[in-house]
Amino acid sequence: MVRLTTPLNESTVRTLRAGETVLINGLIITARDRVHKYLMENKPDIPELKNSVIYHSGPIVRNSKVISAGPTTSARLEPYEAELIGLYGIKAIIGKGGMGERTQEALRHYGAVYLQATGGAAVYLAEKIKRIVDVRFLEEFGMAEAMWFFEVEDFPAIVTMDSQGGNLHREIEASSKALALNLKF
Amino acid sequence: MLKLRDGIVELYRKVASSLPKDVEESLKLAFEKEKEPAARENLGIILKNIKMARQKELPLCQDTGIPVFYVKVPRCLGQERIKETILEATRIATEKIPLRPNSVDVLTEKNTGDNTGKDFPVIHLEETEEEHLVIELLLKGGGSENIGCFYKLPDEDLRAERNLEGVKRTVIDAVLKAQGKGCPPYIIGIAIGGSREHVAYLSKSQLLRRLNEDTPEPLLKELEASLFRDINSLGIGVMGLGGTNTCLGVKIGVSSRHPASYFVDITFSCWALRRGRLIW
Repeated sequence: MVRLTTPLNESTVRTLRAGETVLINGLIITARDRVHKYLMENKPDIPELKNSVIYHSGPIVRNSKVISAGPTTSARLEPYEAELIGLYGIKAIIGKGGMGERTQEALRHYGAVYLQATGGAAVYLAEKIKRIVDVRFLEEFGMAEAMWFFEVEDFPAIVTMDSQGGNLHREIEASSKALALNLKF
Repeated sequence: MLKLRDGIVELYRKVASSLPKDVEESLKLAFEKEKEPAARENLGIILKNIKMARQKELPLCQDTGIPVFYVKVPRCLGQERIKETILEATRIATEKIPLRPNSVDVLTEKNTGDNTGKDFPVIHLEETEEEHLVIELLLKGGGSENIGCFYKLPDEDLRAERNLEGVKRTVIDAVLKAQGKGCPPYIIGIAIGGSREHVAYLSKSQLLRRLNEDTPEPLLKELEASLFRDINSLGIGVMGLGGTNTCLGVKIGVSSRHPASYFVDITFSCWALRRGRLIW
């Protein structure tokens, strides 16, 4: 179990290995489909993204409290992520289901990691969010697609893609395809 | 219709914040059997989350999905009024529970903010001779909806012919493509038939069957059991992290086909299969 505190530094991130469990403390910033597209197209200045942890999540928020906030499927963000990692200096991405080869290469090049949180465990994970620090694009994109800035305490996740090329998703995909060859039809 | 409206709001609350007993029991059993450490850890978190959501009466997943209603309406009740009541209850439930506003207009890209829109929620109405109104609600999450698949047999690449063996090949292919993207362990609804919109309807409505509810058709029962076994032998596991729990159930329905067509439609549910029933 590794405790990470934001802002992250590259040398720490480079020591993380696929399979390790981490607990994140500090700031995490939500970004999903619309925010990714917007950042890519408009490249606004968002200094908080430097050495940051972003979270693929569309939370439910009521009365300034996060009541339900699990990860969303990361694969949809593959067309944007590699460039955003380079552009903004994002050091960790929390999501679910893993990402593609371009993101994997960006993790290696810039020293970043992909972390998987438990999909659907949204009330449990919302409990780890102590405070909403800020929100942007709420009016334009709506609650699920806005960019939320959360202060978290011991937010749990598993490193599933690391900066050395380690990738649990790819491993499991390969082994499941090999096992499928043994099936009798 | 005020009382009915409030009943539907409460149905929303129950379905969003708690899992049906059969699904929760199945997850507990999976936890007991699971040996893979990462999968076990995730299942532990999933079980804690289920408990917390029920106690707090809050949506157990932030994605409260597309609401899909299956309604049996007695002759004496007007179908239009039932629809209106469901829409009104949806607006109230979105505010009150709350649900995440998920209805986005395709052309303007605007989220309506209240979970209503064009064919949103999805409402299937059917007349019944019975005297009670029966409303079943499925809150269908987007992540697992995205990994759903449609096949036309024969499929040369999969070596899938027009028979149950061919069907099996398509389902294994769909699961291999899905991997951990839709929050396994999955509950998988399958339909075989010859009309595109109907197999899609039928595969999703399989998710309404309880996990321990067997099909009366022996051939399908055998296919469900063998797919269940085979899918769980692939090692994809809880959240795609390995282990023996890739699916909790496989349910198959059939409808007669056209001689030219042999379709297989596959609907995935994440582990958080949220369904419930209101009898009024």
